[in-house]
Amino acid sequence: MKTLVWVEHDNSNMADATLAAVTAASKLGEVHLLVAGSGCRAVAEQAAGIAGVGKVHLADDAVYANALAENVAPLVVGLMADHDAFVCPATTNGKNIAPRVAALLDVMQISDILSVEGEKTFTRPIYAGNAIATVESTDAKLVITVRGTAFDKAEPTGGSAAIEDVASTGDAGKSSFVGAEIAESERPELTSAKIIVSGGRALKDSETFEQVIMPLADKLGAGVGASRAAVDAGYVPNDYQVGQTGKIVAPEVYIAIGISGAIQHLAGMKDSKTIIAINKDEDAPIFQVADIGLVADLYKAVPELTEKL
Amino acid sequence: MKALVPVKRVIDYNVKPRVKADGTGVDLANVKMSMNPFDEIAVEEAIRLKEAGKIEEIVAVSVGPAKAQETLRTALAMGADSAILVETDEDVEPLAVAKILKAVAAEIEPGLVILGKQAIDDDSNQTGQMLAALMDLPQGTFASKVVVEGDHVTVTREVDGGLETVKLSLPAIVTTDLRLNEPRYASLPNIMKAKKKPLETKTPADYGIDITPRLKTTNVSEPPVRQAGVKVADVDELVAKLKAMGVA
Repeated sequence: MKTLVWVEHDNSNMADATLAAVTAASKLGEVHLLVAGSGCRAVAEQAAGIAGVGKVHLADDAVYANALAENVAPLVVGLMADHDAFVCPATTNGKNIAPRVAALLDVMQISDILSVEGEKTFTRPIYAGNAIATVESTDAKLVITVRGTAFDKAEPTGGSAAIEDVASTGDAGKSSFVGAEIAESERPELTSAKIIVSGGRALKDSETFEQVIMPLADKLGAGVGASRAAVDAGYVPNDYQVGQTGKIVAPEVYIAIGISGAIQHLAGMKDSKTIIAINKDEDAPIFQVADIGLVADLYKAVPELTEKL
Repeated sequence: MKALVPVKRVIDYNVKPRVKADGTGVDLANVKMSMNPFDEIAVEEAIRLKEAGKIEEIVAVSVGPAKAQETLRTALAMGADSAILVETDEDVEPLAVAKILKAVAAEIEPGLVILGKQAIDDDSNQTGQMLAALMDLPQGTFASKVVVEGDHVTVTREVDGGLETVKLSLPAIVTTDLRLNEPRYASLPNIMKAKKKPLETKTPADYGIDITPRLKTTNVSEPPVRQAGVKVADVDELVAKLKAMGVA
């Protein structure tokens, strides 16, 4: 089987999410990559270095600069004439583009796969990860998104794939990019952080969140996450959200502070290697999944923890 | 301009799903069912656009069993004007739902189709994007802000790094994220009024759509259970554990 993997990038650097998708694709067969962007040859060169990659298709045109699905989907559909599976990391770009491609190919997409069980058989989470379904595709081609935390990252170096230019399919003329507010942060990105400190509704407001959570995160060199309740209440921006509909994370250590542990939140972090919970309610559901629990007032415990580490 | 708002009847988000012992699925017998939360946000957004004078009429549509009528009545009670149930007892996959919605849209001719970004049962996150593809329309997915002006809609999207704004020509497809709005509760008088609003029932065959599943679900199982660990007495003990793990 010949696979085509969507390379996630910002036109300068390849994102790590790509590497897990490459691992998933390599279980199906030959791995080709697609770098679609603008002025993104450097990304194609990075991608060509991933171990085990056969070829990199580079579509470098202004119409692909912001990965608008309306422009990217026809490009992918064209390339799928010579590929059997389109594999995307389950990033917001992947989730935006893959179903559009699937419908154009008349294929039922398999979302957020956790494992490859056979040539057309996969497992995937349903009901916020409260059940795992094994599904087998009967379609001629496959369209798949890959949960990054479920697969090891492919080795980013050691490969020397050829880069092949692909002609632009042009502007679909239906959509345009207006702008972005992308948070600049010195802290590790959530989906690749080794340690995450996450805060919940108990943090009261954005200032308290900043004063309590950030010093601990800085001390540990950790990424910062939040529950849906904390994001909805405006303590932190949307890109901090961990959960069923936010980011799915699986760091070495996840420290949940003032988070009760709603199933929607657990869906996003329960594959973390070690979960530590600090909550003053000893009956909070988070303690049912925590490896280490501390029943305490977070306003006393967290500053003390930050100081003593 | 009309808005078409697809809604799905799903397990209530407060209910913890139980996997059937025989591995065939999740037990939905005697379980509380509700409108998919993202679809409630879609209905609310359509109503707000109508209140702002951007939309004249809201048509709610659901693909599902006869009981999905209740979900449509909820949409009508919130403020939708009419409803269509495309009735089937089969499980309909997102691709087939998108095909049905395309056929419905061909009759309604909506300027906007507003859908939830994903249903909390199958967590597929596909239908809106697929509908956009089949109708050859632009898509504004994971919307946290929707502004309709003239012949276009500006959609602010929740993306991995933060927020992104795109401008789409109308007609367009929008899928809702959590923070787009807070859906209203239907008042009792509106619930009564909703009973008199038109609700038409169709079948997938009426639209000539083949809903045969493309995916075979061969097993549904419980995820690995995480065991609760230990509770520590104080911060000092926690620090000791963290240091033993090599953290800090």
